[in-house]
Formats: sequence, C-alpha cells, structure tokens
Amino acid sequence: MSTPIDILERKQLRDGIPEFKAGDTVRVHFQVIEGQRRRVQVFEGIVIKRQGAGVRETFTVRKNSFGVGVERTFPVHSPKIEKIEVMAIGDVNRAKLYYLRSKVGKKARVREKQRS
Amino acid sequence: MKGIIGRKLGMTQIFDEETGSLTPVTVIQAGPCPVVAVRLADVDGYDAVQLAFDEVSEEKLSKPELGHLKKHNVGPHRKLVEIRGPHELAPGETVTVESFEPGEKVKVSGVSIGKGFQGTIKRHRFHRGPVSHGSHNIRKPGSIGASATPSRVFKGQKMAGQMGAKTATQVGLTVVDRDPELNLLLVKGAVPGHKNSIVVVREDSR
Repeated sequence: MSTPIDILERKQLRDGIPEFKAGDTVRVHFQVIEGQRRRVQVFEGIVIKRQGAGVRETFTVRKNSFGVGVERTFPVHSPKIEKIEVMAIGDVNRAKLYYLRSKVGKKARVREKQRS
Repeated sequence: MKGIIGRKLGMTQIFDEETGSLTPVTVIQAGPCPVVAVRLADVDGYDAVQLAFDEVSEEKLSKPELGHLKKHNVGPHRKLVEIRGPHELAPGETVTVESFEPGEKVKVSGVSIGKGFQGTIKRHRFHRGPVSHGSHNIRKPGSIGASATPSRVFKGQKMAGQMGAKTATQVGLTVVDRDPELNLLLVKGAVPGHKNSIVVVREDSR
C-alpha cells in the first residue's frame, strides 16, 4: 500500500547514486552557494554511517583535516550533491564505525576489501 | 475567513531543488469539503460557513445528521465544522486545497495528543526538588498558596491533572505546497494531533 506520504517521498528520490556502505572511502562533490555564485566542493573520507530510509536517508563522512577529525553528514538524496565517487570499498565488521573517532594515525584506517 | 477540514497524515521533509535546503512539513489530506449551509449576520447573528468532510456510508450517521445533510443536498459526511468570519461561499459549492496558495500563512486546529493525568513537572514545566540528602520532595508541586488568608486555593492554580487531548491551535504556519490531485496540503512545521486525526486549517490573518 502506498500512502500519500510515500508518494511524496518517492517523487524526491534521485537516481545515479552509487552503492556504498559504512567503511567505504567516498568523494562527495557538493555544491556550495556563496551569495550568487555556486561552486563544487569535494569532501573525501570514510563513510562511518548510513542511517534512515527513503528520502530521509543520510550518510556521514569522516576525514582527517590537518590533524583534526572532521565529520560531515549529507542527505543521500540531496539535490546539492553533484556526484558521489566510491574510491575504495572497506572491509569492516560494523554498520556504524564510531570507533574510528577515538583512533588516531595508523589505527584510524579501514582495511580495503580484497577482491576474490 | 478561508478554511478547510482535513486529516493529518504525518510528517516528512521536502528538498528545495534550488538551494537543497530541507523543510519539515506536515502532510494534511484536506477536502474536498462541500458547503452545507451558510450563516448570515442578518439571519443568524454571525457570519460563518458550514463545511462537511470525510465521506462515510449512511449507516454511520444518525437520522438527524442525515436529515440535515439531505436537506442541503450533501452526501453523508462524518465531520461538520463551522468556519466563522465573512466569506463568499454559497451552498452547493465545494472547498478544495486550491483555495490555499503556497506561501500563505495559516493556522491549524486539532485535538492535541492526550498525555493522561500528569504531574506538575511535565504538565506545567515545574522544576523538581533535590533528589538526595533525605529529600522527600522530588516531584511534588510545592506550596499552593498562603494559609489563613485567603484560606482557599486560588482559581487557576497550576496543579497535576489531565494533559493534552484538548483543542489546540498552532498559528503562523506557512503552506509550502499543495497537491490538488491527492487533496494534499503541505504545511511547514508540526500541527496538533496524532496521525489520522481531524484538523481544521484556516487562514491566519494576523
């Protein structure tokens, strides 16, 4: 059964979003509006979580910027996202990689999945 | 006064295609509401329009309700609401969501979610007392007034009691969008009531 809310939400879903999950390294091309101009900013890092479903789904990307951990949460279906590139597929045992927050340096890495 | 009766379906969010910003919206399935009767200041002492909403089978209604609707050539509807204020509607017309424009200010009335019998902390946002050092005054209301004078409790004293499940109106809401095909009205923000409860949307003229 599809309720009117389902119909409204499905209308806003966008396609062209690659498959990715927590642990993957992604490059998010995100539009930034500065006054009149809009330019594309790239945010590259490890996906530490995906949460929600449908249009309300979001994902959080964590990266290390000059020694400081930076996290950004994007709505998966945001029209401001120009494209998402999956750079590497991670091999992790969790859906939410919160443990990366307390790790620094070499330990804050995610093993890459070996292709079999 | 413009108004329409609807059913609160729940909340979702809407992306703005231009800026990508998210707007939280309540989805209200409103109308189509046939005009049952009009009240005129000269005849009835006040201006109003009586609208019907939610079509049902005849067995669901009492004979007086059916008779009233039949007299005005309107099919059986569950809910009748009078919207007060000057209007330009005549019996036989139908009010749809198209009477509201996106960007318009509205107020939404409904029966708020019932919380049951609640204490003063939840109901009136009182503070609690200390929880340690032998305190027995953790969630008690405290003093409710002086002693011999006035030797009574003032009316309106905030105490424990029924919370919610009474008519509430949220003012200053904005219509974000509408869908005449599905009879949907999208209002920015939250409105009183649980899902599938009846709400009345009126224009906010303030």
